[in-house]
Amino acid sequence: MAIERDPVTGRLTTGHEWNGIKELDTPVPRPVYFFLVVTTLFCIGYWLLMPAWPLGTTFTRGLLGADERAHVTAAVAEAARDRAGWTARFERADFAAIQADPRLMAIMRETGRTLFGDNCAMCHGRDGAGGPGFPSLRRGTPLWGAAPEEIAETLRVGINSTHPESRVAQMPAFGRDGILKRAEIEAVAAYLRGLADPRLAAAPDAVAGAELFAGNCAACHGADGRGSRETGAPDLADETWIYGDGAQAVFNTIWNGRQGQMPSWEARLALWERRLLALYVADLRAQEPGSAQGSAQGSTR
Amino acid sequence: MIAELTRGERQAALIILCVLAFTGLLMAGFGRESALDFHGALVLALSVAGLFAVIRGYYAPPPDPARLREYFDAPGRAGILLAMGWAVIGMFFGVWVAALLAWPDLNFDSEFTSFGRIRPIHTTGVIFGFGGNALIATSFYVMQRTSRARIRDQLGAWFVLLGYNLFCLLAVTGYALGVTQSKEYAEPEWYADLWLVVVWVVYFAIYLRTLAHRKEPHIYVANWYYLAFILVVAMLHIVNNLAFPISLGSDKSYSLFAGVQDALTEWWYGHNAVAFFLTSGFLGMMYYFLPVRAGRPIYSYRMSIISFWGITFMYMWVGSHHLHYTALPQWVQTLGMTFSIVLLVPSWGSAANALLTLNGAWHKVRDDATLRFMMVSAVFYGLTTFEGSFLAIRSVNSLSHYTDWTVGHVHAGALGWVAMISFGAIYASVPWLWKRERMYSTRLVEAHFWLALGGTVVYVVAMWNSGIIQGLMWRTYTESGTLAYSFVDSVAAMHPYYIARAFGGLLFLTGAVIGCVNIALTIRHAPAPAAAADAEPPAAGQLQPAE
Ligand code: HEC
Ligand code: HEC
Repeated sequence: MAIERDPVTGRLTTGHEWNGIKELDTPVPRPVYFFLVVTTLFCIGYWLLMPAWPLGTTFTRGLLGADERAHVTAAVAEAARDRAGWTARFERADFAAIQADPRLMAIMRETGRTLFGDNCAMCHGRDGAGGPGFPSLRRGTPLWGAAPEEIAETLRVGINSTHPESRVAQMPAFGRDGILKRAEIEAVAAYLRGLADPRLAAAPDAVAGAELFAGNCAACHGADGRGSRETGAPDLADETWIYGDGAQAVFNTIWNGRQGQMPSWEARLALWERRLLALYVADLRAQEPGSAQGSAQGSTR
Repeated sequence: MIAELTRGERQAALIILCVLAFTGLLMAGFGRESALDFHGALVLALSVAGLFAVIRGYYAPPPDPARLREYFDAPGRAGILLAMGWAVIGMFFGVWVAALLAWPDLNFDSEFTSFGRIRPIHTTGVIFGFGGNALIATSFYVMQRTSRARIRDQLGAWFVLLGYNLFCLLAVTGYALGVTQSKEYAEPEWYADLWLVVVWVVYFAIYLRTLAHRKEPHIYVANWYYLAFILVVAMLHIVNNLAFPISLGSDKSYSLFAGVQDALTEWWYGHNAVAFFLTSGFLGMMYYFLPVRAGRPIYSYRMSIISFWGITFMYMWVGSHHLHYTALPQWVQTLGMTFSIVLLVPSWGSAANALLTLNGAWHKVRDDATLRFMMVSAVFYGLTTFEGSFLAIRSVNSLSHYTDWTVGHVHAGALGWVAMISFGAIYASVPWLWKRERMYSTRLVEAHFWLALGGTVVYVVAMWNSGIIQGLMWRTYTESGTLAYSFVDSVAAMHPYYIARAFGGLLFLTGAVIGCVNIALTIRHAPAPAAAADAEPPAAGQLQPAE
């Protein structure tokens, strides 16, 4: 337990020992004090300048009068002012005028991509090609129209959304609600296969299905099955399917019904953002190789 | 295990197990439509198994009084094995969850393996399972040796170790079933939390009792760190988990706090868990095993004291740096940031004290992978605390927050510091605890060291890259003044780094598996030391009498 000298550092031990562990009595190195003082001075300076210490119901506000909330509000307002030059055009100009302005169209493609990525991609896919339950925005007959005005309206009110003016689309549950029997549903499904592929149209099932279709489905999907803008019923004769083209998926749709939900964006996106996105979605379709529409002018159905 | 207990202790064990079994029965009975019934059945099954074990050994002859002249190491040995077991489980889940981020299909479409469930299994497995068991095991070891006193309460020590592991088990099985408070690192629900309080109080009591019976005039600094760990974790755990269960038959509870108060309480807890669980306790470990293994006296007694009080005082304030630029009032953020900056000084004081202790033993660091584990851990401790103070600065934080940089920072600390010091301490103590001459294979220790270091570096560098890229992508604007990237663009850009991270983690896991094998071989096959007494080398061997 004696005080010893360490040959490596030349320091004395404290004279204590715990299971062989000893400690040297080395003084705390100067730099430790130095940095303690420097960092403490920094703190005191920072406390003087910035909001720092609580005082009952309030706090020391600091000499700089910094206020995070005010700062953010000002920065957001300034950014909006900087963009106002072109966002105002997206708000007010009509779509044809914007489409005629290459500079605005360049902004639309760039900003539309990120707006779409942040708000729409989780459902419609990053490229807008859709997925099970979510329609492709690039291909196939549009549900509610592919002209920018129509898309902008879809975005404003949504589909089956909580918006009071929401577009409403409802595919009844023919099987579950007992409107059609299983065999009838199978027949009408065969008829749908024939619509998509004429080689299958002559099958006996499909022929029986045609009558059922005319009686039960045509009101919404149209006599030719090409869908309807009024009911939001999809085209059943084109190559795109919202819920998949497998026999099981089609059967499930007819048995259980469907009611896809597309949120209303009126309260979430600014008017210029919605109109910009409408152009972006129209543009997606126009860019699609071999697209029937071929242009962003909307469907010609 | 039972043979070592006195008759009175065996009786007490039976009573405790009966109470537990009854509690399990109640939980299973009342816990309708919640995971409580499963957990009740689990508690019941485990306590009945325990009852059988005690009853079988009940009439064994009373233990030899000669044991009282030796340290009580059985729970320490078990704790080390449990720590290694949890390390492998926790790290396996870590690698899995890392791979899941790179290949999202790897949850195999099951709710039990969704990201939100296996991530806390990983964090709880490594922090509480691996880290906690390593702390409990080494604290039992260190407190007895530095006090020259045997643990008085044998049953209590077992109770702490096994009870703690029961808590870990309730926690991770609960996550798989979807039971969570949704508070990071405090996910377990109210009943598991209550149980941990009981365990922790006993732990604290054992520690104090052993210290009170110490035969050394002074308390060695390692004990201060361990005590701070136990005491403060108790306080944090209780305050942050104040909650009301929606009924006694439900696993669901609601926190006493809401909104920004809840966020601040949570991060006051969360950051102090880093401080007192992942730092203070492991500093205690370092202050014992590093000087003993290096055979050197602590560089500066004064620095260990000033660092201890610096860390203890300063950490309490800094949790709010997790909530920069949020609804938290700015003045609270200021305090969090400024105290984080001062905190760097005592943190580096501890790291420097460890590294300077190695002066005169660097040749050992070169040759001995166990000591090298400890040396590298001190380096990572220094790096991580520097990075922590840096990230706490508001303007830096505005870039780093919510990015993988934070994840990289945590793992520099968790892998580089916490896991490495634990592996060092475990490799040092296994031969001493099982009375072996040395580890079975020093080459395997060496291999583990390089896998651990390589894994840590790959992991941390990958996360630095991905974090900074993410942060920059989120704040890049186009010329027209809108964001240049969508969030999902940044997610796609992370893919290669996520693969690298999973690879780094795999290296680290491989190291841990090798460690398990080596420890098993040591227990089975390594030769006993020639000098039958205590295999532990005396520290500070080279000192000379003063003057
Ligand atoms: C929560 C998922 C979801 C999100 C997010 C979402 N959509 Fe939709 N969207 C749908 C669904 C579902 C439909 C089809 C509704 C139906 O089946 O009747 C749809 C339909 C549409 C349509 C009508 C397609 C047509 O053929 O007429 C357009 C246009 C559209 N979405 C654009 C967008 C844009 C732009 C965004 C981003 C601002 C967006 N959607 C975000 C789910 C979503
Ligand atoms: C009340 C109007 C209405 C009637 C009647 C109706 N449908 Fe529909 N159907 C819809 C609407 C609207 C949708 C789109 C649902 C959605 O996605 O929200 C739809 C969707 C479908 C789809 C899925 C298309 C795809 O792209 O995946 C199929 C298949 C279908 N209907 C078949 C039928 C058949 C067969 C009948 C007659 C037995 C029928 N529908 C009757 C309105 C109707």
